[in-house]
Amino acid sequence: MREITFVEALREAIKEEMKRDEKIIVLGEDVGRYGGVYKVTQGLIEEFGEQRVLDTPISEIAIIGAAAGAALGGLKPIAEIMYMDFAMIALDQIVTQIAKMRFMSGGQLKIPIVIRTQYSLGRAHGSQHSQFFPSWFVNSPGIKVVSPSTPYDAKGLLKSSIREENPVLFIESGVLYRTKGNVPEEEYTIPLGKADIKKKGDDITIIAVSRCLNEAIKASNILEEKGISAEVIDPRTLIPLDINTILSSVKKTGKVVIVADDVKFCSITSEIAMQIIENAFDYLDGPIVRITSPPLPVPFSPELEKMYMVDENKIIKGIQQNFGYKI
Amino acid sequence: MEIKNIPLNELDVEPINLLKKMLQIRKFEEKIEELFLVKGTLIGPAHLYLGQEAIAVGICSALKKDDYVITSYRCHGHAIAKGVNIKKLMAEMFGKETGTCKGLGGSMHAAISPEDGLIYATAIVGSQIPIAAGLALSNKYLNRKIATVCFFGDGAVNTGAFHEGMNLASLWKLPVLYVCENNLYAEFTHITRSLSSKSIAERAASYNMKVFIVDGNDVISVYKVAKDCIEKIRNLNGPIFIEARTYRMKGHGVYDQAKYRDPNEVNEWLQRDPIRIFKEKLIKEKLLDEEGYKKLEREVINEVEDAVRFAEESKVLEFNELEKLVYFEK
Repeated sequence: MREITFVEALREAIKEEMKRDEKIIVLGEDVGRYGGVYKVTQGLIEEFGEQRVLDTPISEIAIIGAAAGAALGGLKPIAEIMYMDFAMIALDQIVTQIAKMRFMSGGQLKIPIVIRTQYSLGRAHGSQHSQFFPSWFVNSPGIKVVSPSTPYDAKGLLKSSIREENPVLFIESGVLYRTKGNVPEEEYTIPLGKADIKKKGDDITIIAVSRCLNEAIKASNILEEKGISAEVIDPRTLIPLDINTILSSVKKTGKVVIVADDVKFCSITSEIAMQIIENAFDYLDGPIVRITSPPLPVPFSPELEKMYMVDENKIIKGIQQNFGYKI
Repeated sequence: MEIKNIPLNELDVEPINLLKKMLQIRKFEEKIEELFLVKGTLIGPAHLYLGQEAIAVGICSALKKDDYVITSYRCHGHAIAKGVNIKKLMAEMFGKETGTCKGLGGSMHAAISPEDGLIYATAIVGSQIPIAAGLALSNKYLNRKIATVCFFGDGAVNTGAFHEGMNLASLWKLPVLYVCENNLYAEFTHITRSLSSKSIAERAASYNMKVFIVDGNDVISVYKVAKDCIEKIRNLNGPIFIEARTYRMKGHGVYDQAKYRDPNEVNEWLQRDPIRIFKEKLIKEKLLDEEGYKKLEREVINEVEDAVRFAEESKVLEFNELEKLVYFEK
């Protein structure tokens, strides 16, 4: 199978869907003539024209607001928010407007919007360009939240998100953009709400979100050398969360490690851990281990940032400390 | 823009219908106030449209059914002027399943009824302004001759959403009519204590769009300006801004007694009641007499009473229906 980058996979998804449905438009800062700050939307304006690929001012409220209005008027907008940090500027539009529109209108309104954004943890972008906080959004019923970790998943999930009739926040990881993976030439989609078992195993369950999936895979390889078999699961979508795939694995292994880039307090790892406790408490052999960012803003210094971030060593250390393995 | 003494017989709309619509709003809102303050039947926030009737009626009378209206939480007047069923609107105030939003929106979102062209009503000041730009974008993109009208108050012009939305609408030449109902108070604070620009109109003009100032208590002036603007909007040629100057007869919300206002200012504006002004004009021009007015008023009061009965007799949505309304399911 051919290999393409994460960015190319995203671009293919958008192009294929735009060809399929003329109601799809793309809007955001520098998505048109410049091709997107990370080149996800490169070439779209040449192919689809300025009517469908709209460069906006630096106006996050207007980007999401206009996307919301366009969706209410029958279009299917894909809005790009350049950094996840900037989504905070449009938090009212995302959380209080689009996530609530359908419900509080008594089901009269339909809001098919995809908000693509990325977090740049791992690229020395400092405290205000690196934040990953899905819990701000998963706590808002009415919006779906997707966090792919491979080019294959990115393409299939983005296509499904674009075909959704609900608002979707599609969170990409900037450090994954240049990573490559197998993506078939043939068309496919991946349904939202379906976790993926990235590696089969029997001794321990590692659940990893977005960028952390690769770290979990690396950790599982180290464990494998020591004869410990880890099952690695990527939830892929946080809302809806496929808890059943996670629970099946937990019931098999009894040992759980949850890995994600957000700060631990009230994070996505908190939620997954709690759902495991609520539904599979009797199956647990020990505490649920969470490997996350520390409760600090992201430091700029590349050396400090590296120490700040989740990596395979931190995962291994957590496993050693909690499950008594000698690794 | 000041328009005075337009001969009523030159209008392309029945003056009596304008009066009736204004009366419907007036009587509806008076009933809401009574249900809150006297009877205690209703609770929660409600922001009455008393005193501003000429704006909703003047603007919406220039619209077609499928034109879009998007507004704020002070939305009952816009809903009635755009033609929503008054029973459904009242049932929404009561939180009943027969309401415009099945009772899930309440007073602040009651003007959501896409079948009437009422696309959205938001409870966050200014947030509708960029959304209106998006609605207009959809019409421009799909080449539909649909006008979008966005209502907001003077308080909204100090939000970031206003600036971002106005800039985008002008930059992209979007077919939207922005109507700022300047009632002089943003919640409890007078405009002179919140606006740095000389006027709202001046601020709007800085976005490089056509701006009109209109007497918001004169329904004919509002209608005439709106009519011209809407025709231009339909040609998809960019946004237009109207600052309609008016006054809130009552407080910000239904419980607010508005004691922070200068009594002289209040009295002065109460003399300029848009319904009384128009009624007197119609009587002067012999298009109406006192008896005719009383009849019309009774008719409207009965209609509102029927709506209250309908709302009272309606049921509340089953709680287990709620989870089906969060996401669209195919």
